[in-house]
Amino acid sequence: MRDVEAIAKDRGLTNADLIAAAKTYLPSGEKDDYLMFASGGHAGQIFVVGLPSMRLLRSIAVFTPEPWQGWGYGVGNEILKEGFPNGKSNLWGDTHHPALSETKGDYDGQFVFINDKINARVAVIDLRDWETKQIVKNPLTLSDHGGTFVTPNTDYIIEGGQYAVPWGSEYAPISDYKEKYKGSVTLWKFDRNRGRIDKDQSFAIELPPYWQDLSDAGKLASDGYFFMNSLNTELATGGIQDKKPPFEAGASRNATDFLHIIDWKKAEQVFKAGKVEQIKGFPVITLETALAEGLLHVTPEPRSPHGVDVAPKGDFIVISGKLDPHVTIYSMDKIKKAIADKTFSGTDEFGVPILDFDSVVEARIEVGLGPLHTQFGPDGYAYTSLYLDSAVARWTMGGSYGSGTPEPDWTLVHKTPVHYNVGHIAVAEGDTVSPDGNYLVALNKWSVDRFYPTGPLLPQNLQLVDISDDGTKMPVIYDMPMGVGEPHYAQIVKADKLDPWTTYPEVGWDPHDQNINPMATKPKMERVQRNDDGTVDIFMTAIRSHFNPEHVYLKQGDVVRWHITNTERAVDATHGFAVPMYNITASLEPGEAVTIEFVADTPGTFPFYCSEFCSALHLEMMGYLMVEPE
Amino acid sequence: MASYLDRILGPRVHPLEASEHSMRYGAPGFILLTARVLLLVSLFLPYWHMELQAPQYPDGLHMTAHLNALSGDVAEIDGLNHYIGMRSLYEAAEIERTVGVFVMIAFVVMLELAAYIHTRWAVIMVVPVVFFPVVFLLDLHLWMKHFGLNLDPHAPLSNAVKPFVPTAMGKGGIGQFVTIATPGAGLILASVASFVLILALFFHRRAYLPLIKQQKRIDSVSA
Repeated sequence: MRDVEAIAKDRGLTNADLIAAAKTYLPSGEKDDYLMFASGGHAGQIFVVGLPSMRLLRSIAVFTPEPWQGWGYGVGNEILKEGFPNGKSNLWGDTHHPALSETKGDYDGQFVFINDKINARVAVIDLRDWETKQIVKNPLTLSDHGGTFVTPNTDYIIEGGQYAVPWGSEYAPISDYKEKYKGSVTLWKFDRNRGRIDKDQSFAIELPPYWQDLSDAGKLASDGYFFMNSLNTELATGGIQDKKPPFEAGASRNATDFLHIIDWKKAEQVFKAGKVEQIKGFPVITLETALAEGLLHVTPEPRSPHGVDVAPKGDFIVISGKLDPHVTIYSMDKIKKAIADKTFSGTDEFGVPILDFDSVVEARIEVGLGPLHTQFGPDGYAYTSLYLDSAVARWTMGGSYGSGTPEPDWTLVHKTPVHYNVGHIAVAEGDTVSPDGNYLVALNKWSVDRFYPTGPLLPQNLQLVDISDDGTKMPVIYDMPMGVGEPHYAQIVKADKLDPWTTYPEVGWDPHDQNINPMATKPKMERVQRNDDGTVDIFMTAIRSHFNPEHVYLKQGDVVRWHITNTERAVDATHGFAVPMYNITASLEPGEAVTIEFVADTPGTFPFYCSEFCSALHLEMMGYLMVEPE
Repeated sequence: MASYLDRILGPRVHPLEASEHSMRYGAPGFILLTARVLLLVSLFLPYWHMELQAPQYPDGLHMTAHLNALSGDVAEIDGLNHYIGMRSLYEAAEIERTVGVFVMIAFVVMLELAAYIHTRWAVIMVVPVVFFPVVFLLDLHLWMKHFGLNLDPHAPLSNAVKPFVPTAMGKGGIGQFVTIATPGAGLILASVASFVLILALFFHRRAYLPLIKQQKRIDSVSA
């Protein structure tokens, strides 16, 4: 231990630094306790980080082509295409909120979903092979922010819209805002057995043209409901260029916005009873129907809110409005009673009944400036990020949670500074029915001086906070720079809940169908097959350290289907397949079979090769594609 | 003809004598039966294991040989072997793996016969079985030697890995691999059977040699 002291002295490390290091350091080969699935922001991906080491384990390509995984360069093209708005190529995504699949309100480690805010899309990722299986494009709207959140058994994936647009984003001048612009939330039905969203069983609910923000599904005491924030309940239409108040002023003029309370179990029945309108080919429960059926209520909430977070038992809903120094805690019992008793303070201008604020609020706690998002611990503590204060607040819950903490109910306990401008936070399993606590990650937007300056574009800073102790002990113990995209939200799951494959179950596996592909090339069946219809099928295998066949002759203009099977069974024996000038690269994990389709439009001689350093003879793992000119 | 068969089978034991000395005359048969059971059970157990350890295979590579089959990471090992120009292991001992089970059944029949034969012909029936484990290992060694010494000289790693004799039993090494070959439960049972069979021969001789000598005396007197 004397060596440690010497090193600490030499490097200027404090005792707290040494403790932080000891809490986060993982010796080689040791594995993390938790996995954090973080959105990749502009990267259109998901990043998976191990905790407590804060090591980036992998990215998962979702909305954006990613060459290492071959995503969009030969594999996954069809899935990306599903998500093209109006069939128009769109190869980036603004991923925001990942949602791990849940069973009885607890993460089950089977799937993860994520939304793309820029084009209102939702993706399904299978956690057996960590690959995107489906992208659905919302036909009604062109931006979403209230996704993805799942109902407690993942029956539905909630995708709330954000900036109101006319249905299908058709043209309408902004002067028609109130009449033609629409708010909405879409409930995508998830078919767990198929691992796909079932579009035919999905529907949307029309909402007033507020800008709906984050959502969260109710659970236990609030099961059957979900909650959505909103901003711009002022219906501001901006226009700074015409000397009108800009959106930032107009949309935050009122002291309160509206918390939406939606009864989705009732909505499901309304949908199944056919009380929907087909809009853009998609079933929509109109606002009129929603009100007639009593599906939608609102209640005032502090303005410019972000998080709407349901407590572990489902009995409280915590709202933080970025422009109000409080967190506001609503009681589900009181909400249900107010709905039953029709304790309304009026209706909004679209006729939505407004539950009386005082009748539904349980508590308000002043936590600091810019409260943004709340997560829960296992012991009665809640944590709220403070964007303006650049801090994470710990406060105590009341009700049946109160006994878990030494401090009195509903009080601020401590604030830990973070660096800087924290957005979302994630506590280990902190939005489930049984939070783990232990770790909190602050997803900070600005890093300013935390890292070596990387030019004027700086990385975000993901800070790990140790929340395993009570009271005011809540130190930051690790800074992780994220120099790719912008992780908005993350969920942290106990690693042993996942059971991923380390190789595909059998040789010839099609990851898209999660089954054996009958067309997959089998060893000794390799060939180039010229079909009667003029197309060409190339049946190829890949194993250390050769492709078979190694010579492929094509004629210019051939329509080609190139079927490659990686016949390896060894863990990590991944091969790449890259063809120059044709913009093709595929990742072939052990057992995987892929089919790459293209037109051999460019004549010439093209050395294709394995782009993974698979073996000592990796450089020799190549072949020649020779395309004869017409 | 009958007398020829009688001379091979040897003298029969009178039922009264047999019941009076049940231990003496029961022992050879019982021990032969034990050996037969051991050998039959061994058919279902692995005869040989090979583990290959290397840095990039933290769990090692494992190969198991039953009398009639190779299993485990054979494809992966074959894949690695192609770098040094070794032939596929599936091409090794093909005949042995095809006939192995039948040979074992033949052995069981021979031991059955040995229980009925009371002359030294019984030894002919037993001795091949006694030597079976040794022959198995010898055959294994010869195949390994044959494969190891006949590497494709044009293989990618031919200048790094020279022909060698892989170790059929115990620890060996090749390239970055440490190889550990161990006997399987089947081979151990077969070896126990060999030991048991030697005991059986001893008890066989103790039971039937006096009868043969007695028969000879009777024959010489009557002659």
